[in-house]
Amino acid sequence: MAESNVKVLGTWASPFVMRVKIALHLKSVRYEDVEEDLLAPKSELLLKSNPVYKKIPVFFHAHNPICESLIILQYIDEVWTTSASTILPSDPYERSQSRFWAAYVDDKFFPALRRLVIGATEEDKKAALAEVVEGTVVLEGAFGELSKGKAFFGGDNIGFVDIALGSLLGWIEVIGKQCETKLVSEAKTPRLVQWADCFSAHEAVKDVLPDVDKLADFGLKLRAKILKALAPTN
Amino acid sequence: MATNEVKVLGSWPSPFAMRPRIALNLKSLTYEYIEEKLWEGKSELLLQSNPVYKKIPVLIHGNNKPICESLIIVQYIDEAWSSGPSILPSDPCERAVARFWAAYLDDKWFPAVKSIGVAKGEEAKKAAIAQVEEGLALMEEAYDKCSKGKGYFGGDEVGYLDIAFGSFLGWLRVTEKFNAMKLLDEGKTPGLVKWADRFCSHAAVKDVMPDTDKLAEFGKFVIAKIRAAGAAAEMH
Repeated sequence: MAESNVKVLGTWASPFVMRVKIALHLKSVRYEDVEEDLLAPKSELLLKSNPVYKKIPVFFHAHNPICESLIILQYIDEVWTTSASTILPSDPYERSQSRFWAAYVDDKFFPALRRLVIGATEEDKKAALAEVVEGTVVLEGAFGELSKGKAFFGGDNIGFVDIALGSLLGWIEVIGKQCETKLVSEAKTPRLVQWADCFSAHEAVKDVLPDVDKLADFGLKLRAKILKALAPTN
Repeated sequence: MATNEVKVLGSWPSPFAMRPRIALNLKSLTYEYIEEKLWEGKSELLLQSNPVYKKIPVLIHGNNKPICESLIIVQYIDEAWSSGPSILPSDPCERAVARFWAAYLDDKWFPAVKSIGVAKGEEAKKAAIAQVEEGLALMEEAYDKCSKGKGYFGGDEVGYLDIAFGSFLGWLRVTEKFNAMKLLDEGKTPGLVKWADRFCSHAAVKDVMPDTDKLAEFGKFVIAKIRAAGAAAEMH
């Protein structure tokens, strides 16, 4: 049974929601999973609990809603402290580096990935692709620094940056297939390729990452919805 | 450089560069401040210590620890010098709220403030102003909840959200001046008006908060540059 008053409002397809679920699995916290249909109008619960952004995930703990996936992760890490698994490292400098790279994923890498999907022209898509590939190379470098020879950005176990980036792996594969290119390639980012396999197979992760074909199918529907919303009105 | 020395690379008009300095002041820490003259090209030290973004502020702790991104730096300062007064609240829920609003200010609100200055046409300008005012209303509400009747978002003392928001006051005032309007208004956001004065006169803040007139002069220079770049781009 779910721990009292722990709820995740989200959707199976969202990498940001996956982050929260992975964190809860790591901490062995059971929760109620409330599915929001991204193809339907936004639910009352979503609009009420995240009035500023109206976006999932929203995390509920003792009826308090917490929004923004990386903020939720830090909250989970700070509340469930008896677990052996910590999400952020304990050293302040290492924590700052983890925060930096997770922010890089959200502020630089993900937007480029998004532009690759919704890019209006071939030129836009080409530019976005170059940015995404450059991003993977930068992240390969970051992996070298942070992992210190271990399997994950977090060292021996998955941590903040693993969850931030790893949650995107399903979409990275789907988008790569659409562009007919491997976005995380053996040639440019061999360590990330290995890391991706380790991450996807991790106990706390494997039931959260969606089936890639199911995701691809959903992606087409979502892309259509986004493009429709972005289209200039006549 | 000694293992415990602290350097901050910043730029006097930058609200982001103010944040680490306020945090260090709150912890009564001494540091070397290095001014980056951003319009004259980036220094070797900046390019070396922030290769990813090449932006200020950067805090360099000891010989080999550069930390980038202003809010990440503030959290680092709070955690590395944990014996000083706390910058983030101690309760995890309050921490999440502080982080949420700080991120909102950086991602949504301040970009709207900046866009007032370079908005093309009255419609765009009105929309930007409306967004800024909506944000201020949200922050007034947040202030009521977070301060719990005390002087700051952080309660009795300046905290994370005070630093995040307060660092934008200089540019907010410049925007008010340039557009002959009041954005922070006693009628609409009385709590914030009082908080703003309190924040700006705080010992940890007053020497790093730039003078509004000086900032306004700099603002004109920046807007002119942005417009010139925009015009040049349109010519190609």
